Amino acid sequence: MLKFTAEHEWLKLEGDVATVGITTHAAEQLGDLVFVELPEVGTELTKDGNAATVESVKAASDVYAPLDGEVTEVNQAIVDDPSLVNSDPQGAAWFFKLKLKNPADADALLDESAYKDLIG
Amino acid sequence: MGDQTNDQTVLKQTPLHALHLSLNAKMVPFAGYDMPVQYPLGVMKEHLHTRAAAGLFDVSHMGQVIVRARSGSYADAALALEKLVPVDILGLKEGRQRYGFFTNENGGILDDLMITNRGDHLLVVVNAACKDDDVAYMKANLADCDVTLLEERALVALQGPRAEAVLAEFWPDVTGMKFMDVRDVTIHDVSCIVSRSGYSGEDGFEISIPADKAEHVAKALLEDPHCEAIGLGARDSLRLEAGLCLYGNDIDTNTSPIEASLEWAIQKVRRPGGARAGGYPGAERIEEDLANGPVRRRVGLKPEGKAPVRAHAGLFAEDSPESPIGEVTSGTFGPSIEGPVAMGYVPASLAEPGSRVFAEVRGKYLPLTVTALPFITPTYKR
Repeated sequence: MLKFTAEHEWLKLEGDVATVGITTHAAEQLGDLVFVELPEVGTELTKDGNAATVESVKAASDVYAPLDGEVTEVNQAIVDDPSLVNSDPQGAAWFFKLKLKNPADADALLDESAYKDLIG
Repeated sequence: MGDQTNDQTVLKQTPLHALHLSLNAKMVPFAGYDMPVQYPLGVMKEHLHTRAAAGLFDVSHMGQVIVRARSGSYADAALALEKLVPVDILGLKEGRQRYGFFTNENGGILDDLMITNRGDHLLVVVNAACKDDDVAYMKANLADCDVTLLEERALVALQGPRAEAVLAEFWPDVTGMKFMDVRDVTIHDVSCIVSRSGYSGEDGFEISIPADKAEHVAKALLEDPHCEAIGLGARDSLRLEAGLCLYGNDIDTNTSPIEASLEWAIQKVRRPGGARAGGYPGAERIEEDLANGPVRRRVGLKPEGKAPVRAHAGLFAEDSPESPIGEVTSGTFGPSIEGPVAMGYVPASLAEPGSRVFAEVRGKYLPLTVTALPFITPTYKR
């Protein structure tokens, strides 16, 4: 199941684990990324708290935790090559995997059509 | 270039505003103007294109000002401006340009500017955010001179290794110009003032164009397949790699030109022992900094890791909050360096290349190496 947030993140839900990344729209808005900083495995994230940082030539932007949970895996490939986030944001350039504290909370996130309406 | 402003209600437009919109630029408020921060190419590719071929920048927001002595004598205008600017303006030859700055009574910098000898008058170019203040200041302090802000002129910068070839299509004699030469040139039947200068670290030109012909000339230059429109985003990363100061960030009323490592701009004739030494605001402080060395210095800073270190990040002697020593004044990712680059002020004892300092970024203390400026090798045609 694919969900979205108003902060332009996507979540692919498999059981109680969510794979999280930023949307194609977000990647386009940010422009060419030059730096990605990911949380450490084991970090407990709180919904809407800082989870990661992405930087373009111009500016740094925060990526927020979409839900409460524990980071179980991070994608080193986007740290090594941030341009992957621009080329495949909703595929190979996932950011981290989150073991959700309350998997049912994901029901309240946006579905794909609601997110598309949001970005117009 | 000056501080950004977020006042969107009264944004001014340059004569090239419609062209930016037609090129699908992303527009942002800058120094009171609605300006292109990037075009569809994006900051990274715009930057690299300028270093590889040629880029065209709209810098019409900057102030172009005529200073003319009522006597009609260049020397009178030059000597009047030397009372506000500690550089050799009298000795500037006709058709030549040089860098300078207005100083205040404390030896700080009110603005930086380019000064040209135009034969019987001076043409100065000042920063957008400061131009109204600069004009009022010159009107109040330049005795027996007329000071006129040219409202009806655009200014574009054509920068990069192919800039000369792009301009030569319209004016073959461009090849005879050297760095900081200024000429009257007809481009596409439009009378322009061309200087071989810029702010990217590349060879290039700044072209002053009558406002009503600006779009015509800019479009003609952009027709060259090697020439792309470049926004303020890449202008900033280009000038930072070139080690050039952004007024309001790297220099301001609290930094002396010597602290800012701009002493090269103060010629011997204006230094102690020179024929026209002193005689400008803050001379005592600046001469003291020249004689004894300043307490702090603007230096290049190369982050050792991959994370960009941005303006206002605190600098520390150790990787802990107990030893603050200064601040980063500009920082970004340098596309040509393929890594982060920054500038900032450190105590004189840490200003030698190779010194190590730390910057606080998101609660971490990241190591940076003090590095000689510029980060890239400029290609000015001397």
